Amino acid sequence: MSTLNDPPHAGAPEPPGPARTRSRAATWLRTARDYAGAVPFFAFVAVFLLWPTGIVVSGALTGADGTFSLENVAAVTGSVHLAAFGRSVWLSLITALIGAIAGALLSWAISSGAGSAGAESRLRRVVTAFSGVLAQFGGVMLAFAFLATVGLQGWLTLILRDVLGLDLFAAGNWLYDMPGLVLVYCYFQIPLMTIVFLPALDGLRKQWREANESLGGSAWHYWRYVAGPILAPAFAGSFLLLFANAFSSFATAAALVSQGGPIVTLQIRNALTSEVILGQADIGYALAFGMVVVVAVVMSLYALLQRRTARWLR
Amino acid sequence: MAALTPTPAPAQPDGAAPARRRRGGTALLRWTILLVIGAYLLFPLLAMLEFSTRGPDGRTAEAWLAIGEDRQLLTAIATSLQLAALTVVGMLVLLLPTMVLVQLRLPRLHRLLEFVCLLPLTIPAIVIVVGLGPIYAWVGYLIGDTPLTLSFVYIVLVLPYAYRALDAGLRAFDLKTLAEAAQSLGASWWSVMLRVVVPNMRAAILSAALISVALVLGEFTIASLLNYPTLQVQVNNIGKRDAALSVAVSLAALMFGFLLLLALSFAGRRRKGGE
Repeated sequence: MSTLNDPPHAGAPEPPGPARTRSRAATWLRTARDYAGAVPFFAFVAVFLLWPTGIVVSGALTGADGTFSLENVAAVTGSVHLAAFGRSVWLSLITALIGAIAGALLSWAISSGAGSAGAESRLRRVVTAFSGVLAQFGGVMLAFAFLATVGLQGWLTLILRDVLGLDLFAAGNWLYDMPGLVLVYCYFQIPLMTIVFLPALDGLRKQWREANESLGGSAWHYWRYVAGPILAPAFAGSFLLLFANAFSSFATAAALVSQGGPIVTLQIRNALTSEVILGQADIGYALAFGMVVVVAVVMSLYALLQRRTARWLR
Repeated sequence: MAALTPTPAPAQPDGAAPARRRRGGTALLRWTILLVIGAYLLFPLLAMLEFSTRGPDGRTAEAWLAIGEDRQLLTAIATSLQLAALTVVGMLVLLLPTMVLVQLRLPRLHRLLEFVCLLPLTIPAIVIVVGLGPIYAWVGYLIGDTPLTLSFVYIVLVLPYAYRALDAGLRAFDLKTLAEAAQSLGASWWSVMLRVVVPNMRAAILSAALISVALVLGEFTIASLLNYPTLQVQVNNIGKRDAALSVAVSLAALMFGFLLLLALSFAGRRRKGGE
């Protein structure tokens, strides 16, 4: 028994004298052994997560002579790379906004299904699995989904051309540029919102709606004064999560835009693959460092909002 | 206050009609949303089916049959499956005993463990890749230059999801009491792990494993930038030479992922049922 819990059972008399020092030594030894048991995991994470991150940060903040310097960061902020950051932020903002609104509506439509037994409903199970695939598994494959839909030979492109005489590409090859990225990013942002927002909707108690109705409140009153304020932090938090998700997303954009780099993640690819150009590695470090800063800020805000959300939704 | 007054008791009898109308309106709105967003989400998948079965005259299953004949692709699928298995095993061996240890003996480390496990959500995979060069040079030197070494960094990538699944499982039973009972009967630490923890967490372990498999099979960023030919990297490469084949593989992989995650939802339900 006593091997498991540090505090001895209440009332058990402390052994006096030398026995006591021995037991203290034993306790110390045991604690040391317990901590040693946790070492492999933390060492592993240190090597494969903290070390690479450290390399990025130190690579971004040291100059050619190996001392602290902001020259790499300055090289990024004063060039085409800054525009890429701007485009990444814009893309993430707009797709997070569209994704958050459409995803919240979709979650509501799923969760308010008549006769559904909450988390167990079949529609919900299917939609959740489907959303998971698109949000977390899709990546490269989503790019091909859109090439098959609105690519030059895509199904929708052909239908619009043959039936309505519309040319989707009249304004140029938009699919491989920012408009295309917005369209494709929404395809994983909406499902992601559905996954993260459904639990928040579950937190709304039926009694609140009933209380609102019995007091004569309309549906508008309910959403404006009850559900809205309760869901607001969860919605804002989800929006931030979507922003971070789009900002750090790489696979879909890489598969769609095979050359060049309108956004930051693609510019990092360029920096990594064109090592022939001197100083590209430093640019890669600086770009990656910039991403860490942006995502860390967004995720910290997210964590703050999560704490607020947890107050109501249990 | 004004909003409260117009609902006196006499309004009760015909109060049912507006309620029904409202419910009808809600249903209409609900179905409109489901249809519009559903169409946006489903149409590309149908388009993939149409695109991949397009033949010179009518439909053909050529692209789908070609999946089984593409050597590189089959090799890549095998690589990805092995990676998934290695990642799951490595993740469980590293994470589960640590979580149990922390819960039983080192509660002070709980916050730190949680923070570390959720950290990969904050550090984008592409950032890890940028810093991974020197580390993988060492890994290649020590273990050999094989795609399977990707499982090291994949274990880190799946941590947030695996941690959540396992944490839910650990909360679902009284680990402390059971472990104390087992140890007072003379069970060793490993015996507690294998005969108390694992049987009580079967569903949670399954959840963690399934989500990890899904993430590994879908991972592209790190594999492509470290130049290892996994499933996603090959799908991307095929896209440059054979559009129909790449679309067929993509659709097949998406459907496989869907089944995987559907299984996951059932694993989650069993966990709840067993509570």
